[in-house]
Amino acid sequence: MRPAFIDPVFGAQEAFRALMDAMARPGRIQRCDVLPDLPEALAPAAAAALLALTDAETPVWTDATGEARDWIAFHTGAPLVADASKAQFLLATRAMPKLSTLDSGTDETPQDSATLIVQLDALAEGAGWRLTGPGIEHEHRLDAAGLPDDFAAQWAANRKGFPCGVDLVLCTGARLAALPRSTRIEEAG
Amino acid sequence: MYVAVKGGDAAISAAHAWLAQRRRGDEALPELSPAQIEEQLGLAVDRVMAEGSCHDRGLAALAIKQARGDLIEAAFLLRAYRNTLSRFAACEPLDTGAMRVQRRISATYKDLPGGQVLGPTFDYTHRLLDFALAAEGLPPAEPEEAEAASATMPRVTELLAREGLMSRDIAGGNETPPDLTREPLPFPTPRPLRLQSLARGDEGFLLGLGYSTQRGYGNAHPFVAELRMGEVEIMLAPSELGFAVSIGDITVTECQMVNQFAGSAHNPPQFTRGYGLAMGHGERRAMAMALVDRALMATEMGEEATAPAQDAEFVLLHADNVEATGFVEHLKLPHHVDFQSELEKLRSIRARWQADRDANPLAEAAALEATI
Amino acid sequence: MSILARASVEDMEARLADTPALPPHRVIRGPEIGLTMLRGRAGGDGAAFNLGEATVTRCSVSLPDGTLGHCWRLGRDRRAAELAAWLDAALQQDALRPALLDAVVEPLREGQAGAAALTARRAAATEVRFATLQAMR
Repeated sequence: MRPAFIDPVFGAQEAFRALMDAMARPGRIQRCDVLPDLPEALAPAAAAALLALTDAETPVWTDATGEARDWIAFHTGAPLVADASKAQFLLATRAMPKLSTLDSGTDETPQDSATLIVQLDALAEGAGWRLTGPGIEHEHRLDAAGLPDDFAAQWAANRKGFPCGVDLVLCTGARLAALPRSTRIEEAG
Repeated sequence: MYVAVKGGDAAISAAHAWLAQRRRGDEALPELSPAQIEEQLGLAVDRVMAEGSCHDRGLAALAIKQARGDLIEAAFLLRAYRNTLSRFAACEPLDTGAMRVQRRISATYKDLPGGQVLGPTFDYTHRLLDFALAAEGLPPAEPEEAEAASATMPRVTELLAREGLMSRDIAGGNETPPDLTREPLPFPTPRPLRLQSLARGDEGFLLGLGYSTQRGYGNAHPFVAELRMGEVEIMLAPSELGFAVSIGDITVTECQMVNQFAGSAHNPPQFTRGYGLAMGHGERRAMAMALVDRALMATEMGEEATAPAQDAEFVLLHADNVEATGFVEHLKLPHHVDFQSELEKLRSIRARWQADRDANPLAEAAALEATI
Repeated sequence: MSILARASVEDMEARLADTPALPPHRVIRGPEIGLTMLRGRAGGDGAAFNLGEATVTRCSVSLPDGTLGHCWRLGRDRRAAELAAWLDAALQQDALRPALLDAVVEPLREGQAGAAALTARRAAATEVRFATLQAMR
């Protein structure tokens, strides 16, 4: 078994700070490199996000298997659920589950909706989607490689239920960007 | 007109410095250590743990020292500290039937399996101040010892239940109980949430309510079927192990309070019971909790709920002394703007009242006559 | 594990003085302090309810061969948790197990059992022996 944060307090704080900045500035890439020794299947940014956000009281779903799955179960202490719709946090290391199958909260408790962390092949600013919405002054460009083809349609459906909806954290290596449910995505024309 | 102002920093830090000096008291006397509080003021520690809803004797002792002996302030400090820690896991429900009993008495049966064990109790003391305690340095007498039977003690309520004279609680399974520290309290409140709320409630409030049920506010005629205090083993199943391990022992006090129940169309007349469980040695707390627990079952049992102790909303929303002290004591905080608006409103009402009176002196005379 | 969870650092270290050195260990989680929710049952045997929390310290270590050792214990003693987890790992090694059981675990168990027995004997001394008064003829 490999260890997690070298310093649990500062590690969790740094990861949380990166996530908070990412959520406040949708689409802007943050670095979070606090996990030097990880099971191969896990991206450092995604693993750090999971460690910072989850604990014994948050059901987690993941498609990770073997060492990566054991590492998540052991270090987060979170109950791993098989049914993605029952999870409060999800980590997709390969194909992401359909957004419509996840818990999007209720009008009374929209804050209880799921947060989906996805590991991607690549993430770059300056090209790709045009993002607008709260936290973005005019527009922001983000290019994410490795999402399903119908992602834009899934996202539009997710946005429709506002204030309910799933929040997304996109990760590649030690970098991450967030798409909160309030962000509009326009595909690059 | 008042406006929002900032200030008082210097006054606050001077006040806190004086507080620290007051806490220490006369420096010619030795300073009290948390370890001394833990050992020698153990029942205060137990109360702070129960009301702080966090079992940790050392932290509770430190909180008592910091709070200068104000136990509600100490419970507040302990709750605040507790909030900085993450919850790793939940334990398996503790088995009070397997308690290593230090004290166990029954007011309903003289001869019961396991016997009446008095333990370290204030009962049967004369409540005469013991001036020997004021003279330091006298070691207490060594406690006596006797051959101990190894068997655990059956619960008294189980003896009655076997005869069908006592309602049984529905046997508990492994379902996760609701948690009032995670979800707001719903009404009507399920019993597991009521018990959680009472377990951390203010002892004085619970005592007063329990007493009120005995005095006729509610229809109670209670007996202590059993009161027991001792150590229970805490079992926890970490996910990395997949099985439960014993992680330590804690002392708890348990009270089973028996009440009569007239019966209903579905149930024959039988005894019913209220339940109290307290961290540490807290007999008064466990007994009062059991009385109030039973009172709060009134509606479920088809009894008329007329007394304060039977009103879950009244009891559960006012039992928590940290919440209560927060709301009462917040009145000390500046309400300058609130009060200014009240003042202006009152001035304008008075002015109108005076104007009405000046305009219509006859009405004033009539009003005077009416009061005579 | 239950015996190590109750042992103090001083007691464990004192017992380890006479044993061969433990293999080196690497901490993989903790030692960290958190909470565990204590639960009771209504009436002692009914539906579970939350009694309140307790502080708990946990630690997990691994030995060079990958053996994992764990400790969960009530309270806030980080050193004790790490040492107990280390001992838990070492106890899984066939070569060390007999010596550690003899030199560490068994004496600790005896000490804990002795303390429990003393409490039980003191309690027994406070048991009431009723002397029933017979009506005289």
